[in-house]
Amino acid sequence: MNNKENKLGKLSAYAFLIIGTVFMLLPFLWMFSTSLKLEGKVFEYPIRWIPEPIEWSNYVTVLTEAPLFGGLMNTLIIILPPMFVGLLTSALAAYAFAKLRFPGREFLFVALLTTMMIPGVVTMIPTFILFKTIGWLDSWKPLMIPGLFGSAACVFFLRQYFRTIPSELEDAAKIDGLNPFGVFIRIMLPLSKPALAAQGIFGFLGGYNDFLGPLIYINSPEKFTLQLVLASFQGYYVSNWTLIMAGSVLALIPTVILFFFAQRYFVEGITMTGLKG
Amino acid sequence: MIMTEVSENRPVQPSRKAKRKFNKEYLWGYSFVAAPILGFMLFAFIPIGYSVYVSFTKYDAFNPPTFNGADNYARLLLEDPLFWKSLVNTLYAAIGIPIGMAAALAIAIALNQRIVGIKFFRTVFFLPTICSVVALTLLWKWVFNADYGLLNYLLGLINVSGPAWLNDVRWAMPSMIIQGVWAGLGFHMILYLAALQGVPTTLYEAAEIDGAGSWKKFLYVTIPGISPTTLFILITAVIAALQDFVRFMIMTEGGPEYSTMTIVYYLFQNAFRYMDMGYASAMAWILGILIMIITLINFWLSRRWVHYE
Repeated sequence: MNNKENKLGKLSAYAFLIIGTVFMLLPFLWMFSTSLKLEGKVFEYPIRWIPEPIEWSNYVTVLTEAPLFGGLMNTLIIILPPMFVGLLTSALAAYAFAKLRFPGREFLFVALLTTMMIPGVVTMIPTFILFKTIGWLDSWKPLMIPGLFGSAACVFFLRQYFRTIPSELEDAAKIDGLNPFGVFIRIMLPLSKPALAAQGIFGFLGGYNDFLGPLIYINSPEKFTLQLVLASFQGYYVSNWTLIMAGSVLALIPTVILFFFAQRYFVEGITMTGLKG
Repeated sequence: MIMTEVSENRPVQPSRKAKRKFNKEYLWGYSFVAAPILGFMLFAFIPIGYSVYVSFTKYDAFNPPTFNGADNYARLLLEDPLFWKSLVNTLYAAIGIPIGMAAALAIAIALNQRIVGIKFFRTVFFLPTICSVVALTLLWKWVFNADYGLLNYLLGLINVSGPAWLNDVRWAMPSMIIQGVWAGLGFHMILYLAALQGVPTTLYEAAEIDGAGSWKKFLYVTIPGISPTTLFILITAVIAALQDFVRFMIMTEGGPEYSTMTIVYYLFQNAFRYMDMGYASAMAWILGILIMIITLINFWLSRRWVHYE
């Protein structure tokens, strides 16, 4: 009885998941298929999923006409330095909040946490005014400098992680004469590689996919990030969907590759944030 | 760094020797937390304070702000029908939250049946989460294309003539909801999957001994067991939904006839198109307060349905 019920349950689970998979993947397949068609061929009925002929020239066109590659370079220059520095500053603070004792620790931690609760829209305008006042508009600085100070979410997450590391290790290191910075570098960082990797990946992803920040701060086309370049396709290629889809496919490749190599960190990182948040 | 100084004055520690040793630790502690706290002051605390002030002024970001009392707030609440329309639209768009949560839970439950190929399915559902909003929005704009789009093609296969989706006043928002659910499923599914795996099997066994069938087990063991995760998803999803706008900007530009104008998109236009910073700041504060109230209500109601172990 129970066994039969189990089998039925599994069968319906598979059926459900397969329908879901179709729903999830069809748009992607359609995107890729469109990107390989000659311009007029997208209006064919019924849809040809495998285009005839397969036309790679759309990719050549967007890569030569639009500064996708330059946009990617700009994006990487903007996001990588703040990602590494911010990870370090966040981790240092997280270590202090988790393991060191100093007066006002809880107060400062809670103050930092409130940043996470303030809706982004409230700070959007005043920070724009701030960066405008100091003459940083149309530069990468507004996108880079704040990240160097670390992020509250990252501090929170890493603090939770550091707290699970037993204090005996620290104590032993202290007896060996290491100061807190030494303990942090020699003990904490090596033990928390997975957590740091997860946060680094989230930071990279957030920066890579960010559209609003660059949109507000950057005007000069040569300073455009990849997402700005891609968004400009809409105005530039109007309804030339083969080229727009080719650009979109290209823009997705870096994060998809990252995801396939680092899937474990994604899943662990998300579940840790979710369960403890 | 005013705060650290204030808190340093607090009396601590008995023995003098211990005190000196601890003081050194204080110094390490303060220097380690200095960067994020400074960042907090520069990019959160001071801007927020300034934003309160700006919301009571007329300010175009070129000429100095001029104080105009509560004019912005009065204009927003009393004289701006588009503000109210965008607020209603935003709440309408939030219908996607329960739909998405239910779907994510269903997928997580299906994945939790010791399925072969769990990694494949997990990847498939998670894929949109890592993709750029711009690329996905462009993709769906094409999917929703009235004449040659994928969706109306598929509907055509079953002899349904689909609407004009993004160009139809009635269907534009449902289209955005569909796209939002599709894009957000994976993230919530991962959270639910972890929560399901955390429900102790002993509880299911106990329920079985009491004669509970699958449905009752789901209702009385699973649902309470994962309720903390449900609360977490609900709160973060509501906060995100109330501020959702980039995909609206690219997909519909708020149209047709403002049917997909969301509140933050309207705010964004006021701030960066019309350079009406004071008015936009007032809007940001009304939304910010609304978000806080809804979050508090969520927490308050959660005492009735969230079970912590």
